[in-house]
Amino acid sequence: MTYGLGLFKGMLVTLRNFFRPVVTVQYPDRRVGIFYLAKKANISVIRFLLESPRESVKSLLGLVRVPVYVEQNPRFRGEEFTWYEDRCTGCASCAKYCPLGIIRIETHESGEYLQEGQSYFVDTFDIDIGRCMFCGICVEACPYDALFMGTGFERGRYQRSELVIPIEELKAASKRPSTWFRPQLESQKFDPWKSEADWETVGREAYKWHPKRPAQSGNPNQEDQVKE
Amino acid sequence: MKTEAITVNIGPQHPSTHGVFRLRVTFDGEVIQDVEAVFGYLHRGSEKLAEERTYTQVITLTDRLDYVASMTNNQAYVLACENLMDIEVPERGQYLRMIAAELQRIASHFVATGFLLQDLGAMATPLMYGFRERERILDMFEMLCGARITNTYMRIGGVFQDAPEEFWGSLRSFLDGMPGFLDEFDSLLRGNEILLARTKDIGVLEASEAINCSVTGPVLRSTGVAWDLRKVDPYELYPRIKFDIPIGTNGDNYDRFVIRLAEIRQSISIIDQCYEQIEAGPVRSTNELLFYPKTGDAYGKVEAPKGELGFYLVSDGGIAPYRCKIRSPSLINLTMIKDLLIGSKLSDMIVTLGSIDINMGEVDR
Repeated sequence: MTYGLGLFKGMLVTLRNFFRPVVTVQYPDRRVGIFYLAKKANISVIRFLLESPRESVKSLLGLVRVPVYVEQNPRFRGEEFTWYEDRCTGCASCAKYCPLGIIRIETHESGEYLQEGQSYFVDTFDIDIGRCMFCGICVEACPYDALFMGTGFERGRYQRSELVIPIEELKAASKRPSTWFRPQLESQKFDPWKSEADWETVGREAYKWHPKRPAQSGNPNQEDQVKE
Repeated sequence: MKTEAITVNIGPQHPSTHGVFRLRVTFDGEVIQDVEAVFGYLHRGSEKLAEERTYTQVITLTDRLDYVASMTNNQAYVLACENLMDIEVPERGQYLRMIAAELQRIASHFVATGFLLQDLGAMATPLMYGFRERERILDMFEMLCGARITNTYMRIGGVFQDAPEEFWGSLRSFLDGMPGFLDEFDSLLRGNEILLARTKDIGVLEASEAINCSVTGPVLRSTGVAWDLRKVDPYELYPRIKFDIPIGTNGDNYDRFVIRLAEIRQSISIIDQCYEQIEAGPVRSTNELLFYPKTGDAYGKVEAPKGELGFYLVSDGGIAPYRCKIRSPSLINLTMIKDLLIGSKLSDMIVTLGSIDINMGEVDR
């Protein structure tokens, strides 16, 4: 074998890869050219050049950027846990099974929610996701399908205290549960990146008997309690 | 002219040292006279932390030992737990574990070879090709368990849940594409004259010396010893799978590099057979998260990408292990570093270190 043939072969591989489609995903934003802008405005490139020369020059210089939205798999275990207060009984299974003990739950006994056995009102449900490692064991431990992994992954903060999700935020957050460890959601082909899920549909069973179900409860204070 | 030996600290965070690791090297000119490996910068006390967590919670700690091969860490730990508690695993669960572990081996070997070639000066090109294929494996892991690196996929008694439908399609296309990619990866650098000159007959390890130091994994197999736990002490359903153990002849850096590429081919064949053999059924024999094993001890071991990874668990009847000892292959392979490096040149030092394929998360635990 002549010396240098191996080198040349390797360079051929690099050359072949040079003409293959790019696999890199630009994140969080990417540069777009004039063709993209014209297509977005739904006009031809020449008309776009004439109509908005300023934008055209900018795009040709590579200064126009659009944000990139990265979709993950539905099973993705992300932050901002999805918590359904209507399903939660305050049993604190999630807090007990958490390897790091970062879920803090405070409840008080209340006769408002009539369930079998005792009934508790959840006062505090704080998740310190600054220390969370997203193993999902809390979700696996939840017997009432009240806690789900979330879908977010862009929670950069300057203070550690801002990384504690309080109960108000959990209540107000849009309900986009991950399908991780929830086969009932997978069988529905639920995609958290496209739609939200109601608390009545996310359970392993329909929970027709559930005392918090408005149609069945007959409790006049029901609406207020849910909003609380 | 008067000369004297000079001591240089390589590290603690030299970019080529694969983690937070320090080498105190004494040079005579360019030749290495003495080496002192200093590690412990990444010590997190995983063994101690395991003593106050339940058996299921410890699975999350094992992800963080060898963070480029989390699946095999999970596997070794749950095998130890299953030995301790006499828990059977359904066949589909075992096949899924094997598929995950072999995929992880491919990903880990891509990282190992990629960084070895990067250390040799092949700037980023082979590394990026390897990472491109590793990315597909990580995407498959995300389908399986929702995470890419810190999987926590396996549970005591199986895996946490069955694989989704889309997983099998992407696994098939991955398996079909891999042999072609490996041929390309081979032709990229395997015959490269510079690579041959830099790696052949450098960092030579004798078979007897390797066995005396209880080195395992590709480093041992490169010396010509056909020792693979999947063959010599099979676990899971490996007895049903046909595969070869690739062995080297010289035990030099080149052999360690080539063996990893050959093992990737074997792993593809193993996954292919698992794909053919797997049948529908349960994946988990128990849904329990809390276990109360009998008093006793158990050892679980797997052939991890870097060597024999073992977990020794002692139970006192409680919900947490009384003691958890981790036999990490990286640490034991790293003890060879002094013998390999003394007498070699400065430029070969990083290459030899890269060819051993250490991972500091596992060395320091």
